[in-house]
Amino acid sequence: MTTDARIHVHHVTRVEGHGDIIAEIADGVLKQARFAIVEAPRFFEGFLRGQLYSDVTHVASRICGICACSHKCAALKATEVALDVTISPQTDLLRRLCFHGEVLSSHLLHIYFLAAPDFLGLPSVMPLIAGAPDLVKRAMRLKNIGYDLAALVAGRHTHPIAMAVGGFTFVHDPKDMLAMRERLVDIREDLTASVELFATVELPDFERPTEYVSLKHPDRYAFYDGDVFSSDGHRLPVRRYREAVTEHVVPHSTAKHARWNRPEYMVGALARFNNNYEQLHPAAQAVAERLGMDPPVHNPFAITVAQLIECVHCVEDAIELIDEVVGRGIDPAQQQVEVRPRAGQGVGAVEAPRGILFHEYEYDEDGRCLSANHVIPTAQNLANLEADMREFVPHIAGESTDRITHLLEMLVRAYDPCISCSAHMVRLPHG
Amino acid sequence: MEGPTKRFGNKPQIAFFDFACCEGCQLSVLQLEERLLDILELVDVVTWREAMSEYSNDYDIAFCEGSITREQDIERVREIREQAAILVTLGSCASGGCHNDLKNQWEMDEMLALVYGDQAEHFDTIPSRPITAVVEVDYKIYGCPVSLAEFVTVVKRILTGQSYEPPNQPVCVECKLNDHLCVLEKGEVCLGPVTRGGCDAICTGFGDACQGCRGLMDAANVGAMLKALTREQAHAIVRKVVERYGFTQDDIETKLRIYNNWPELNLEEIAANDD
Ligand code: SF4
Ligand code: SF4
Ligand code: SF4
Repeated sequence: MTTDARIHVHHVTRVEGHGDIIAEIADGVLKQARFAIVEAPRFFEGFLRGQLYSDVTHVASRICGICACSHKCAALKATEVALDVTISPQTDLLRRLCFHGEVLSSHLLHIYFLAAPDFLGLPSVMPLIAGAPDLVKRAMRLKNIGYDLAALVAGRHTHPIAMAVGGFTFVHDPKDMLAMRERLVDIREDLTASVELFATVELPDFERPTEYVSLKHPDRYAFYDGDVFSSDGHRLPVRRYREAVTEHVVPHSTAKHARWNRPEYMVGALARFNNNYEQLHPAAQAVAERLGMDPPVHNPFAITVAQLIECVHCVEDAIELIDEVVGRGIDPAQQQVEVRPRAGQGVGAVEAPRGILFHEYEYDEDGRCLSANHVIPTAQNLANLEADMREFVPHIAGESTDRITHLLEMLVRAYDPCISCSAHMVRLPHG
Repeated sequence: MEGPTKRFGNKPQIAFFDFACCEGCQLSVLQLEERLLDILELVDVVTWREAMSEYSNDYDIAFCEGSITREQDIERVREIREQAAILVTLGSCASGGCHNDLKNQWEMDEMLALVYGDQAEHFDTIPSRPITAVVEVDYKIYGCPVSLAEFVTVVKRILTGQSYEPPNQPVCVECKLNDHLCVLEKGEVCLGPVTRGGCDAICTGFGDACQGCRGLMDAANVGAMLKALTREQAHAIVRKVVERYGFTQDDIETKLRIYNNWPELNLEEIAANDD
């Protein structure tokens, strides 16, 4: 091991939000390895109190500009439980379709714009604009089809407009759906090119098995719905999420850490891939095989590869969902069910692109928010990321300080942390 | 008026900075695709932490997003102001106010204790405010998020050395021009009558109420809106309308607060000023 090294990366680049990497090796011994969240907290759970349920779901999407649909849907689901609203099967299908748009845009942003420069030995995609314009245009096409798919369903991706408690505020046009279907079919070629690009990438050699937590659904690869599931063999209904997620404050971070059966767990694309591989679309499974991804995969750098596999799944499943929506016909009477405020409490969980996301709200009889709680994927991953860092640093300690720093940045980026969402965790009010 | 070459040399150097926010505005910019590549031919992006590891403190134009919520952010935005020939605020968080400012209704200590419990002393927070409340700004782009069309317009204005005045007509005007159905008819509070337009009334086009994300327009007649729509204040002449909608002043106030709580919203004061 390098006898002495002090690493402090102030505001890691190409991640969403502000975080610092701190690692220290003294006299050949690892002293510390941390990822400190230094983002300004925003206090959503505090200031949502007093807002009307419909405004709560409007504001909730503003937690994150990348996973706005996930936050919106988690808030809608929690609110619908609290107000005892049952949405129509049509709304359910449309929301699932919207999710694929969000997962695509978020994953492709990470794969091409944030992570790929590391694999190509570049500081950003900027040099590629002149050097490999076709690759940049492909990346933009891919990312934008995700935005457009989400916008087709919700009016806009960042931030969704037409998704309301009880359904949608407008009626979708099957013609638009079919036009999107054509684009999805055409985009397969760009995805195949992306897979071939990744087939040439060599990931850093590192494995650390951990607990993988995600939603699990009996019938499908879970994004929009399912139970809380752990690879250690536990399964809970969403309303009992507090038994799974135990949060604690750590002084070096404005985001809390979480644990369940082990001191840390992983959420996100790799956790879903490991837990729900069997339910991936066959085309996505074929890509997994092409990329040498045989579940369970224990290399955190492979999160990016799992994201690409999920992109293939999302495109194929979106095509099937459009066929189903258009095939059964869009019934205007099913777009919105009646909503009446009442006192109640509810939990909603979805798989945001970066992992399992919980929202919980309590409302008074007028539908005003009494309390709110959000458990964010990145915050759940922080303890796991730091455990990886502690094991990874001794593994690479023979390298130069620059190289160690770079590899640690790559590790942080692999997790695709979404820090602006995670920096406003609230103490569980009664847990 | 000065041309861009005189102001910046051949290619202006651009930087993006973010403060407390969702980063949705800068991410929206990425959706411009080909138009973004066209813009990138005219400028050099030298600092954009979210997208690049390259970094330079030497820039001409700074795009800043987010709210100011810590003492250290005040320092940081002042340094940016010092360096940048042109400072552009991107989005309502930075330009006028947004939901982050809702926390100002509570004591900061209470908010910290609520979030971090007995560990609260490790963290600092001050009442949230837009960047426009801290430094002079040359161009403001409202919206949560910004409209891409407006972003492109503003960039063109900057590069050709022209000033830009944000639209100052109510969302209702754009809504009517687009023939959208009025969502008031569904019995929902719509803030279109008092909110700054410029978004082409995108929300009402999808049947959703205007939430007022671009903030109150300069001469917003909030008093008239209360008189037209609320039980408490309705004029006899609109009694029928009020019976139909039946909003309370509180309904409108809570909604207005989401994007208009810096400085703290005082409905009575604003309404009185209109008269
Ligand atoms: S204005 Fe809205 S969309 Fe833009 S950064 Fe702020 S919260 Fe996000
Ligand atoms: S829907 Fe809203 S913006 Fe449109 S006309 Fe009615 S009040 Fe105005
Ligand atoms: S309609 Fe209202 S809420 Fe929607 S974008 Fe325009 S100003 Fe914002």
